[in-house]
Amino acid sequence: MSEITLAEAVTQALAYEMAHDENVVVLGQDIAVNGGVFRTTVGLLEKFGPERVLDTPLAESMIAGISIGMATQGLKPVAEFQFMGFIYSAFDHMISHAARMRNRTRGRLSCPLVYRAPFGGGIHAPEHHSESTEALFAHVPGLRVVIPSSPARAYGLLLAAIRNPDPVLFLEPKRIYRLHKQEVPDNGEALPLDQCFILREGSDITLVTWGASTNESLLAAAELLKQGIRVEVIDLATIKPLDIVTIINSVEKTGRCLIVHEAARTCGVGAEIAAQLAEYALTSLAAPIKRVTGFDTVMPYLKLEKYYIPSTERIVEAAVELMEYQ
Amino acid sequence: MERGALNPHYQSSLAAHFDIKKLQFINESAEATQTLPEFAQDPKSLIELYKAMSFLRSFDTKAVNLQRTGKMGTFPSSLGQEAIMVGVGAAMQTDDVYCPYYRDQGVLFQRGITPSKILSYWGGDERGSDFNASREDLPLCVPIATQLLHAAGVAYAIKLRKQARAVATMCGDGGTSKGDFFEAMNISGVWHLPLVIVINNNQWAISAPNHVQTITPTFAQKAIAAGIEGIQVDGNDVVAVRALVSDALTKARTGGGATLIEAVSYRLCDHTTADDATRYGDKLALEKAWGIEPIARLRNYLHAKGLWDKEKEFALQKECSTQIEATVAEYQAIALQKPTSMLDYLYETLPDALQEQYDILEGMK
Repeated sequence: MSEITLAEAVTQALAYEMAHDENVVVLGQDIAVNGGVFRTTVGLLEKFGPERVLDTPLAESMIAGISIGMATQGLKPVAEFQFMGFIYSAFDHMISHAARMRNRTRGRLSCPLVYRAPFGGGIHAPEHHSESTEALFAHVPGLRVVIPSSPARAYGLLLAAIRNPDPVLFLEPKRIYRLHKQEVPDNGEALPLDQCFILREGSDITLVTWGASTNESLLAAAELLKQGIRVEVIDLATIKPLDIVTIINSVEKTGRCLIVHEAARTCGVGAEIAAQLAEYALTSLAAPIKRVTGFDTVMPYLKLEKYYIPSTERIVEAAVELMEYQ
Repeated sequence: MERGALNPHYQSSLAAHFDIKKLQFINESAEATQTLPEFAQDPKSLIELYKAMSFLRSFDTKAVNLQRTGKMGTFPSSLGQEAIMVGVGAAMQTDDVYCPYYRDQGVLFQRGITPSKILSYWGGDERGSDFNASREDLPLCVPIATQLLHAAGVAYAIKLRKQARAVATMCGDGGTSKGDFFEAMNISGVWHLPLVIVINNNQWAISAPNHVQTITPTFAQKAIAAGIEGIQVDGNDVVAVRALVSDALTKARTGGGATLIEAVSYRLCDHTTADDATRYGDKLALEKAWGIEPIARLRNYLHAKGLWDKEKEFALQKECSTQIEATVAEYQAIALQKPTSMLDYLYETLPDALQEQYDILEGMK
């Protein structure tokens, strides 16, 4: 078995599920003939034909809206938004319809669909191509927000997202689309949603992160071990609903929590984690919760983005400060 | 520069040419302008349409009263637009799918949805959208023109599965200003979808008259830009609405693609019970519109044909009242949902993260 990238794992999951469930259709801009601008849908058109692999007109609201109609008929649309920065005109359909169709019809209709979008910075893309606004969507009742951080988790979580009977926003960290390769058996086995993944065990600090920042977080953890600081790295994976139990269990062990995310700080998902720890695990904390995040400003263009994205150095520094707290 | 005066001194050839037709069978004076379509040759079906419009008007009147007396929430009447509602609903086949906007109670009644469901919805109970019939139809849709895209998605599912069904949807004249309106027409053209989009052109989007929305002489011509057929119909002529929508649905079911139908009518009521149209309305136009409204028109036609009389009208009004009273009683007898119901249907299975909030709701009486 050869090793594949996160981007290839996305393709592998889509192809697996399309082969095993005729209700799955894939749609989006440039996804069929071109195979997607990040090549995550390469080969699907050839395998499954133009009726199930659909190049759409260039209109995000339309992509979101027709997916809802398809889903109410029992199709399982997997719709790609080319970049998260262009998803906002689709927000109306996500919040007003996809997230509440089941609730407003009292279960008569539902929206088993997946909205996919590459997100985050670090690939020197133009303006509007590098945002991390997952918290906007995490605030919406009825939506699930899932972010993979490795090829294996991209495969397993995307399968789970497609099979999930409710709408899922599946955000793909494009900075690590091709950073690591990993063997990912194409066995159709999904990973659980609504659960964190412990990427590395440790007893001194609980580091909670997701998406591309898992990379710098793991590098920081390795660096910190050299200084004798043992960091437990948790990949949140499902941003909403939040698996706070795994985080609390870890914090009860470590007594310290560091949250790392690329998104802007204020009202970021880190704030929710911190609030829940304050509510449920305050007495376990030996030090104040710390956050290393993007800044409360517009995502800078490519020349300054490296200063915005939490670096390994910033994470190490914050961890050391946490350990020094008296 | 005047409109249409672009570079008049250049020579140019005709790249494309379009026109917009308008359909009418029974005119403002309640006279047939041409031979009625086949279904309307049977007096029974004309009387059925008349009864349905009359029931809708009684229902709307009652619903407004329920709101005024604090027994229901905000409600959008369809006063004056009954021919559009009934005509569209009557044109549909049972296994077609309807994607309503929010003023569509009259269509939904034709789809077999019990009127108490509509009272329930506007009375603040989500179960109003758990339809008793036509269960693939989408719920009433408040965000403007979004339902048109959902309808296009439903239409694609039907096309993919090669089913001989069609989808109908409606928006108001204001809805045509939304991007979703154009996006829905565009995709239904590009994908050749079995879809019929109806515009209820009742002349008003809350306080905004049509000239605030557009300078085009018709809304039907917006279809031209999307490459689908666009046609106007006298929206106060229920025979014309039913005939045209029926034809468009047949076309859709048989692979002919999408149609945009502009049904021209007049909103004889406030936008909703939360609105006061006297603040902005055009008194003269309103008076004029009452002179061409759909129910009196068909009644006069039926009278002239000897198919209707005062006794029949009296009996019908009595029947409507009885039915409405029963509907209201049914609505008022519906027991309150449990507070936990607000979480019961959010996801198929309650996520662990919501259990604590669920427990709080469970403790509420």
